[in-house]
Amino acid sequence: MSALELRGVSKVYGDGPTEVHALRNVDLSVEAGMLVAVMGPSGSGKSTLLTIAGSLEVPTSGEVLVDGVPVANMSRNDRARLRRRSIGYVFQDFNLLAGLTSVENVALPLELDGVTAKKARVAGMHALEELGIGDRASHFPDELSGGERQRVAIARAVVGDRHLLLADEPSGALDSVNAEAVIRLVRAACQRGVAGVIVTHDAQLASWADRVVFLRDGRIVDQTMPPPGPESLLSPGATS
Amino acid sequence: MSVRHALLALLSEGPKYGLQLRQEFEARTGEVWPLNVGQVYTTLRRLERDGLVESDDDGTEEGPQRGFHITPEGEAELATWLRTPPDMTSPPRDELVIKVLVALALPGVDVRDVVQVHRRYVVELMQQWTRLKEDAPEHDVGFLLVVDAELFRLDSVIRWLDAADGRLARLAADAKDAPEPAPAPSLSPRLRRRVGMRR
Repeated sequence: MSALELRGVSKVYGDGPTEVHALRNVDLSVEAGMLVAVMGPSGSGKSTLLTIAGSLEVPTSGEVLVDGVPVANMSRNDRARLRRRSIGYVFQDFNLLAGLTSVENVALPLELDGVTAKKARVAGMHALEELGIGDRASHFPDELSGGERQRVAIARAVVGDRHLLLADEPSGALDSVNAEAVIRLVRAACQRGVAGVIVTHDAQLASWADRVVFLRDGRIVDQTMPPPGPESLLSPGATS
Repeated sequence: MSVRHALLALLSEGPKYGLQLRQEFEARTGEVWPLNVGQVYTTLRRLERDGLVESDDDGTEEGPQRGFHITPEGEAELATWLRTPPDMTSPPRDELVIKVLVALALPGVDVRDVVQVHRRYVVELMQQWTRLKEDAPEHDVGFLLVVDAELFRLDSVIRWLDAADGRLARLAADAKDAPEPAPAPSLSPRLRRRVGMRR
């Protein structure tokens, strides 16, 4: 059973002459422990795919299954609970609340879900420590560097028992060293069993994924094959 | 890659034997550039002829027992080389650019599909390099720099393919609106030579 599955998902905005087909018949499945990157130019439907995968938006046709359960069959409340408990989001601009400290930001989704403040804080600290920024727990977002802010955002996305991580250009605003640090953390989360989807136009970021799918005009047009072992890159041809 | 200057660099740390030079060269370049021992000795002989290195003994013995050290002229040559930018003025003959240009000129070929075939191949290569980077120990700076260089190079290929794709998509959209057929793409003979196209 896939952690996330999109079956024949289409999304149309507007109607008549202003109709826009953002997604056309998209099939995508992501297993637990796997990182999938969706690459495509602006306007190819990447962000729509992510918001539908995260049940923030409803597809025009087709279905979304999380852990094998069709999201459309869930009640409003169950869907909201799914978003709070199972799905973590990471955005390019971090989306941290400025008035809360790092640990408060990370603990917030748990508290909203009814976890006691104390327990949520402990889980928040744990997530921050796992990402190497436990010492920034009581700092406010504006006291953190861009790289640290994104770590807090990732901690918030994986805190508690979240097992689906959705990221939209998660390293967009960062320099290459911080960008690599961020994607390493996303990958580490996947190796602990989280299913991850990142949408990006950055090939260096996408190349951390187990599978890269290419989106064009709302359609998946291609995907990478599982890569052969890296040894093949090092087969010698003598230097000249 | 200049083996000549790589050997000078290794010798600038102190006298070394030929075999040692080969091992150190490979270790420093993350073992991505293998070097055969014959190449090491041929290069050392040329460096010696040019007065940039000297042999530590009387020169009667060839092979692994013969040590070399760098001369002041060798040090100067190395310093100059490090600060001399490589020639990047003319674009290299790029087979991928040529393929896309040829596809553009051929009727019945979907250039954007051709672009996608290459894009997927390059991303797959990048995935392999990224795995190597992921598994490499953090202190192996030489190796990590080599992998980064390769990833940035491949990334620039992807960016070019993306840009080409965008241009072609825009052109196709414009052609739909315009009553006149778009003029056939053409390259001036000078540009054809620059990108390495043969007639």
